[in-house]
Amino acid sequence: MRHIISILIENEAGALSRVAGLFSARGYNIESLTVAPTEDPSLSRMTILTSGSDDVLEQITKQLNKLVDVVKVVDLSEAAHVERELMLIKVRATGKDREEMKRMADIFRGRIIDVTESTYVIELTGASTKLDSFIAGLDAGLILETVRTGVCGIGRGDRILKV
Amino acid sequence: MMISGAEIVVRCLQEEKVDCVFGYPGGSVLHIYDALFKQDQVTHILVRHEQAAVHAADAYSRSSQRVGVALVTSGPGVTNTVTGIATAYMDSIPMVVLCGQVPTQYIGQDAFQECDTVGITRPCVKHNFLVKDVKDLALTIKKAFHIAATGRPGPVVVDIPKDITAQMCEFEYPKSIQMRSYNPVVKGHLGQIKKAVQMLQEAKRPIIYTGGGVILSDAADKLTQLARKLDFPVTNTLMGLGGYPATDRQFVGMLGMHGTFEANNAMHYADVILAVGARFDDRVIGNPEHFGTEKRRVIHIDIDPSSISKRVKVDVPIVGNVADVLDEMLKLLDGGCKTDPEVADWWKQIDEWRGRKSLAYRQTNHIMPQYVVEKLYEVTGGDAFITSDVGQHQMFAAQYYKFDQPRRWINSGGLGTMGVGLPYGMGVLMANPGAQVACVTGEGSIQMCIQEMSTCKQYGLPVKIINLNNGMLGMVRQWQEMFYSKRYSQSYVTSLPDFVKLAEAYGHVGMRIEKPEDVEPALRKAFTEHKDDLVFMDFIIDPGANVFPMVAAGKGLTEMILAEEL
Repeated sequence: MRHIISILIENEAGALSRVAGLFSARGYNIESLTVAPTEDPSLSRMTILTSGSDDVLEQITKQLNKLVDVVKVVDLSEAAHVERELMLIKVRATGKDREEMKRMADIFRGRIIDVTESTYVIELTGASTKLDSFIAGLDAGLILETVRTGVCGIGRGDRILKV
Repeated sequence: MMISGAEIVVRCLQEEKVDCVFGYPGGSVLHIYDALFKQDQVTHILVRHEQAAVHAADAYSRSSQRVGVALVTSGPGVTNTVTGIATAYMDSIPMVVLCGQVPTQYIGQDAFQECDTVGITRPCVKHNFLVKDVKDLALTIKKAFHIAATGRPGPVVVDIPKDITAQMCEFEYPKSIQMRSYNPVVKGHLGQIKKAVQMLQEAKRPIIYTGGGVILSDAADKLTQLARKLDFPVTNTLMGLGGYPATDRQFVGMLGMHGTFEANNAMHYADVILAVGARFDDRVIGNPEHFGTEKRRVIHIDIDPSSISKRVKVDVPIVGNVADVLDEMLKLLDGGCKTDPEVADWWKQIDEWRGRKSLAYRQTNHIMPQYVVEKLYEVTGGDAFITSDVGQHQMFAAQYYKFDQPRRWINSGGLGTMGVGLPYGMGVLMANPGAQVACVTGEGSIQMCIQEMSTCKQYGLPVKIINLNNGMLGMVRQWQEMFYSKRYSQSYVTSLPDFVKLAEAYGHVGMRIEKPEDVEPALRKAFTEHKDDLVFMDFIIDPGANVFPMVAAGKGLTEMILAEEL
């Protein structure tokens, strides 16, 4: 099962490596990990996309809570939430492909943020599946470079992760 | 008044009432050693290898209720401590390790004696800190002691760059501490406790299974009261020995890989298990699938939620400090305890299992290791602190020395670190001056930290070393005999030193004991005439002796290999 774990963690040197180290030491999966400071610069918010059985997820949450720097942990995917991922993708845009690329970007509501004679950089935001579909929809030979941030997410409505 | 960082370190130790630090000096801690020199509140024990400093600090903790402290220099000083830190971590022992670091501006430059202390120790500490500003030093040390001793205890490392120890700063030691990210639960959930008590009263084949958590939370008395009130059988893990008096009728012995026939059967066939400060370790329940074949209900008290339902599904989890939770249970039972009448039949069954006498062993012309431990128990009146190393001798000590009190059995249970025994003896003696301390060891383990005989001489630490010498790495040999068709690959130790001469060379007393009839007189002599000496007793034991019962790796708890019936 796919799970999105959100963590509030003290914004201290080495905090990220404590979390990453825990996952590797205990053999848990990290599919993506994003981290940045929150509105309170002493706290970082980390989002980890992971997978595993219910038992494994229970252990992941418990083990994360045990880290001294971790303030709060929540499994976002347990209830209503929204999730987004940002992708920057550089594609070849020459000849007839140039028009096609523009059209694809429009269809997926992406934005072209860099243009040269032969390339575009397209910015695309959405659920990870949307980004996957975009990539699948392109001719693989035209993709020059892909950068994805990994998933970040937030609970809907009154679900708030705060100190 | 401004004082130096080094003085702050020492003042913090004084504020924490630390009376003794185990350590080894070096370049990056010279300022701290200078500050130590100028005071006499904190004694420093100079070990011969940093690993021993950490083991000794660990045993200081295990044998008292105080936090052990070690102090080492950067680079190799730190890397030498890693085994000791990991040992303490696996057994949840509160400890603070202060490490020197190269000056701040050199960090990351591959400076002389530099290593990434925080990185290297991260996976085996409860928490670690790198101090980057002298203003944070006192608060960081306060946090280190707080984190080490509260919640599920564990070792904490504080890495202190040399320039920080030279800088001047006002000193104020915080009285208390608040951390938004660290608030361990203490009180158990009352609703869950009530549910547990009801389940206990309905039990027909109950067992109380307890581990190191009982010792760590000083809950042995409460556990004993509870068990007596319920009249339930009690078994201890290796780490839990002494948590319940071993000479008591209700004690069925240690369980697990080398547990008694009665303990393992009672654990397997119980309908209600009350697990207290134990974690259903692989050495305890054997194959979890086999363990899962019996239907039972499990109540699990542990301060660490991640220990609950990790290996065995739990019906009533209770997160909290063992002592507090047991206290609540006792209060609830005060209203009258009505244990199920069928428990009497369960006791009959247990007594039948006991009749198998699974710890009986055959005497030979050689000294049997079990016999040495039995005699040690008699000679010390069952009152000694027993430290051990890792291997057959460790299991013999655990099986045959009947621990009636907590904190008397000092061994590396989780990590299984050979070489801890002698430095453990030093730590115990520093925390309990004048106590009887015996280190039950083997000729393999003792040589891993044997240099500490020199430390013992310097500080007059009269550890009695019980060397069960079979010229073999006994436990390895036992597995090779049983599972590798007697191919004794690298388990035979030749060219052993003459331990008597070696002990004498270090300035101690050495004895070599080769006949069974000499065992008791030698022990008596060591504990009376040589009470104040370190005595190295080299017992030449039967090389064929094996540890039984035994649950082979991957087997179920009831699939024990037993010694022949006598």
